[in-house]
Amino acid sequence: MSDFTVLEWISAVFIVLGIGFMLIGSIGVIRLPDFYSRTHAASKTDTLGILLVIVGLMILEGFTINMGKLAFVLIFVALANPIGSHALARAAMESGLKPLLFRKEEWDGTSVIADSKKPSIGKKSKQSPSGGSA
Amino acid sequence: MQTFLLVAATLLMVVIVIPLVRVWKGPTVFDRLLGANAMATKTIVLIAMIGYFYDRIGMFIDITLAYAALGFISSLALAKYMTVEARPEEAQTEEKDE
Repeated sequence: MSDFTVLEWISAVFIVLGIGFMLIGSIGVIRLPDFYSRTHAASKTDTLGILLVIVGLMILEGFTINMGKLAFVLIFVALANPIGSHALARAAMESGLKPLLFRKEEWDGTSVIADSKKPSIGKKSKQSPSGGSA
Repeated sequence: MQTFLLVAATLLMVVIVIPLVRVWKGPTVFDRLLGANAMATKTIVLIAMIGYFYDRIGMFIDITLAYAALGFISSLALAKYMTVEARPEEAQTEEKDE
């Protein structure tokens, strides 16, 4: 490890930073309580992590034709990943999935998406949160 | 540098497997799609790293570009399809479970 050149050290720092961001995003995808907050965790940290790792690989590659191709990958990911996440969140919103606007204990769970495994908090009643609390 | 890239790719494989939990137990179908999408976007970087092990980075970057385009288009198509699919079930589930 100690025989790195300066460019290799810089590239290693970029790669480690990018993998760290992706790790944080992955933990957020399984830990956050709601679909929309999971979208928030998945899209932004993934985009930044992928951009950092690809910049690290570009530094490692040097000025060749492959650096240009990696730049194409970088531009494509920076455009496509937020568009995909936005399309998914828009599909969920148009299908009637409600965002989690309250604490989890007082949430009535008015999601209408049919699925085999509903969360147990959604089994209690089908009223809206404003109507249920009155 | 090869050793460092090998360790980084192994860590990246562990990071890629983590959203599979959300695909497994997501309450709605959109959670499953989100987990699958997160795994697919991280795989782009893994393929680009594998190219450095074989010293054929040019060919593997082409594979990366094709994979990125395929994942993006399939994500958009599945989001569009699930929107159309979930609308008629809205009235049924409101009546069915009382």
